[in-house]
Amino acid sequence: MDLTFLLMTLLKIVLICFVFAMILGAILTWGERKLSAVVQDRIGPNRASILGVTALGLMHPIADMLKAFTKEDFVPAGANRFLFAMAPMLAMVPPLVVFAVVPFGPGPDFVIAPLDTGVLFIFAIGGMGIYGATLGGWSSNNSFALLGSLRAAAQMISYEVSMGLNLVGIFMIFGTVSLSNIVLGQGQLLWGWLPMWGIVVQPVAFILFMTASMAENKRAPFDLPEGESEILGYNLEYSSMRFALFFLSEFVEIVVIAAMAATLFFGGWQIPWVDPQGTAGGWITVGQVAAFVGKVVFLCWVQLIIRWTLPRFRYDQVMALGWKYLLPLSLLNIVATAVVLAML
Amino acid sequence: MGKLVDRPEPDVMIQSYLPEVWNGMKRVSKHFFANLLMKKGYVTIQYPEQKIDYAPRFRGNHRLMHREDGTVRCVACFLCSTACPADCISIVAGETDNRDVEKAPVKFEIDHLRCIFCGFCEEACPCDAIRLDSGEHRVPAFTRKDEMSGKEDLLSRGGPSISKQGGEFK
Repeated sequence: MDLTFLLMTLLKIVLICFVFAMILGAILTWGERKLSAVVQDRIGPNRASILGVTALGLMHPIADMLKAFTKEDFVPAGANRFLFAMAPMLAMVPPLVVFAVVPFGPGPDFVIAPLDTGVLFIFAIGGMGIYGATLGGWSSNNSFALLGSLRAAAQMISYEVSMGLNLVGIFMIFGTVSLSNIVLGQGQLLWGWLPMWGIVVQPVAFILFMTASMAENKRAPFDLPEGESEILGYNLEYSSMRFALFFLSEFVEIVVIAAMAATLFFGGWQIPWVDPQGTAGGWITVGQVAAFVGKVVFLCWVQLIIRWTLPRFRYDQVMALGWKYLLPLSLLNIVATAVVLAML
Repeated sequence: MGKLVDRPEPDVMIQSYLPEVWNGMKRVSKHFFANLLMKKGYVTIQYPEQKIDYAPRFRGNHRLMHREDGTVRCVACFLCSTACPADCISIVAGETDNRDVEKAPVKFEIDHLRCIFCGFCEEACPCDAIRLDSGEHRVPAFTRKDEMSGKEDLLSRGGPSISKQGGEFK
């Protein structure tokens, strides 16, 4: 463990967690509003400007940040102040930590920590995301917020089960839980021409995974823990930057889901038929990193489109979908994958 | 006797939900790309910079019309304040030098916080004195006092009326 290694790791943490994830998350707060406007034939945010430069409304995240920082930081009477302050951080940190094991390019240089237990690490850290929502609602001494956090906890625990089980098929096919090795495995070709991407060999798992992870992320059509327009949610008593942290964590989680789906189902940094082992170097490596970023942006776009397509479920429907449909389907998917693998 | 509406059970495609999700995403993406490529253009009006004209029948700020000599046409008959459903017009009648009419308003005040811009006062007025056709939108104010329009304010928006007062008599 020498100094160069430490410095390189720090640089990677700053580049991946803060530059890539945070900035993409901040842009997504603009993207969500702009996309919702564009799909509804409206113009959307276009007013905030710095010295007259509006850049299609891209100055809005900056304006929102300034507004969130300068607003009153309100703590309700009777709230548990320590947990109340802790909850937004607990919501924000896990999605950023998950990026530690996501390979952005070929080889160990493009991943912060090339763990062999990559996916398990993601689930371990991702499971901590529940604490932010639960403690946030519980500590703010408000019945509505408490009910919202109960909904959040129940929903996230239910969907985490099938979210994990969906990926077992991928593990069985590629024989590893290390994200870097899964990406390498996806460089193989089926019948000599079809890239063996996760979505090709496990299409059902991909749909189930996206459903479960969008429910995990508490976004429409599964946004019952928040339900800002009528049933109120766990972040009811939060204001200023603490509320913004909850919101930003949601958008960073979109990036996390997109990065996970890109890695597990869309071949990570693989460009089809080009350098599947990732040993070429030079411009091909640059292209592979760009391919990964492009896949992540595309999957973020897909999630936003889903969010603006579907109306919200009723809560019993959410629970029924999680336990009665997604869980049996993911178990069936595992069995089917096992049978097919055994026959081959 | 009510009408029996035929409600067929949703077929398997709808109940399985996913095909409809796919259709919805296709529809939404179609709008997304059509608008991204500027196929139609937006109907949005960038309001403070860009305004559209109100319709000719638009009822905006009240105004009091003038006689040929510039005095107020109103004869303080109280028909408008009687017709007003919101009770927002308060008139105080007084003497006038004009021998053709009996009275003229000393005070003519409209409380815009009460006014519902229904136009009944306009219809009730026998002299074509009060009108709501100024074409201006009522702008909000910071104090209640600023929402009261007095006689001078109403007259300043007014203009000459071509209608004949008192008919063709004499």
